[in-house]
Amino acid sequence: MKKLTENMNFTAKNGLLDRRFFLKAGLGVGGGLLSASAIGSEGKDRFPWMKQPGSGMGESGPSNFESHIKRDSVGTQPGTTGSGASRTPIEHLDGIITPSRLHFERHHSGIPEIDPDQHRLIIHGLVERPLSFSLESLARYQHTSNIQFLECSGNSGGNMMAPQPLQRKASDLHGLVSCSEWGGIPLKVLLEEAGVKPEGKWIVASGSDAAMMSRSVPIEKIMDDAIIATHQNGEPLRPSNGYPMRLFLPGWEGNACVKWLRTIKVTSGPSMTKDETSKYSDLRDDGIAELFTFPMGVKSVITSPSVGLNFAGAGIYQVKGIAWSGSGKIKTVELSADGGNTWAEALLDQHVLSKSLTRFRSAWNWDGTPATIMSRAIDEKGNVQPSRESWFVGRAKNTFYHFNAIQTWAINSAGEVSNVYL
Amino acid sequence: MFISKLMKTICTCTLIIITQIVAADDVSFGVNNPNLGKVLSAEYVDQVDFVVMPNGDGLPQGSGNAVSGKELFNVQCIACHGNEAKGGINGDLAGGHGTINGPLPKKTVGSYWPYATILFDYIRRAMPYQTPGTLTNDEIYALTAYILYLNDIVTEKEIMSSETLPRIIMPNSEGFVWAYSASE
Ligand code: HEC
Repeated sequence: MKKLTENMNFTAKNGLLDRRFFLKAGLGVGGGLLSASAIGSEGKDRFPWMKQPGSGMGESGPSNFESHIKRDSVGTQPGTTGSGASRTPIEHLDGIITPSRLHFERHHSGIPEIDPDQHRLIIHGLVERPLSFSLESLARYQHTSNIQFLECSGNSGGNMMAPQPLQRKASDLHGLVSCSEWGGIPLKVLLEEAGVKPEGKWIVASGSDAAMMSRSVPIEKIMDDAIIATHQNGEPLRPSNGYPMRLFLPGWEGNACVKWLRTIKVTSGPSMTKDETSKYSDLRDDGIAELFTFPMGVKSVITSPSVGLNFAGAGIYQVKGIAWSGSGKIKTVELSADGGNTWAEALLDQHVLSKSLTRFRSAWNWDGTPATIMSRAIDEKGNVQPSRESWFVGRAKNTFYHFNAIQTWAINSAGEVSNVYL
Repeated sequence: MFISKLMKTICTCTLIIITQIVAADDVSFGVNNPNLGKVLSAEYVDQVDFVVMPNGDGLPQGSGNAVSGKELFNVQCIACHGNEAKGGINGDLAGGHGTINGPLPKKTVGSYWPYATILFDYIRRAMPYQTPGTLTNDEIYALTAYILYLNDIVTEKEIMSSETLPRIIMPNSEGFVWAYSASE
């Protein structure tokens, strides 16, 4: 405890500890005594599970004691089972990878069960040669993999739309974001094989779900870093993430990353599909709507503490959360425990990757009095996460896409956490 | 540059591999691309191509008007979208005119959508929700006509087809700008 008070001059006001504090304090952690050894018999202690061999190898899921960690707030449109969403339980996770079973979902007509042997990827339109690829043939193309986030552009919309802050868990509010290692084939290679004609400026991607989800994407993005993703976190895509293949556009809104991808038509312009006009367009306060607002803005959220994860009395608590930007790497995450008057830099975990979730951490010496805590991310391009108030400038009152404003949590003297607007 | 990098990493690479790569300065053939795409016939492509463009490209033969569209709607769509496409459980397809730049914008086909062609494209792909792919082109044109009629955009008898649909000017057609612009 001595070390802590020595370094208190590194804190932002109200007990928040700056990352420099961790770098110094981190060294002093000593190895404590191990609990009872498992080897002894007489006079030694064993838990019941130490008294007989455990179960065998093979199939296994998460611990039965963690079964509450699952996709959250599953919802679908009335009268349907497959037009809705489920959310990643971000308040229960650590690190940057979202386990595939917990990746958020947003489907428009359910999850199709696709026979990979019958599935074909078809490239047609303004190309020299319309081509079809089987999964087997695609496996012989050079693959690539990257750790990148995927976010629904409707994520966090509740904080934008609700006049009074919703008292919901972090997953309910912000769980339409996940991060995976996506593996697949650069789409550029396949388009070059088909031979894009000079007039080909966009592609229209269509899925083989019952809604045949379709989105238009500029060919520049396709030639830059788009992939046909076949793998997620090492295994073939889960059906809920587009098995056997999906379009993946690093940093761009999730809806454009068409799942269960079947056809790619090269066109001279966008098709203006329902999901790039009626939906996923951003209405301004002058009545004009912006189409093709693809990149996801710089954003962060403290996942602990958050609603439901309360404090039990004054003292030191670990603060952690996730930050990401569709424009590149996260440069810094700042934290404030006094309503944004003073800020302390959070510590970033080792993997700070482009268009990926970044894990940030800090510690808070909470004095037991009511306080607020919030995080603000800044990316390598200099984009700064906006306040809720400044996000609204120029926007219509009920458009909810691309909401990336700062999330503020309040802690009362009982240690209970609530969602507040600042 | 590519070759020297390859030589550095794979020092055992044979002359044959090198000549193949050198010969293929066209990137569409090389170690990363075995060129396995199967060339498709025009007929095959036509069967899998659902894309409709705002200028009407991709719209098939066929036609229909709001009179027959209403009959179909009341059988196939009314359960989810409501009588006259209002007040259903899955969102209104009509109404909200003039609200888009007001305090509470109500986005519907008539108040918000930029092109009438989107109706044909979307209904053919995805509706009716439980049985997509079961409507004929005439039926889709008729349903399109009926939804446009409910939004006071066409008259009851007006025929919708690949000729007429792209020519319709939607009430909010001027209400959009592109946030994306190519960096050239
Ligand atoms: C079982 C309920 C159901 C039935 C029946 C149904 N729809 Fe739908 N419709 C939906 C749902 C759900 C959506 C939203 C889909 C999504 O999430 O993308 C929708 C969306 C739409 C939209 C887009 C609305 C917008 O503003 O973006 C149109 C147009 C439409 N339906 C037309 C029709 C037509 C025409 C029929 C009859 C042939 C029909 N629907 C039958 C459930 C239904």
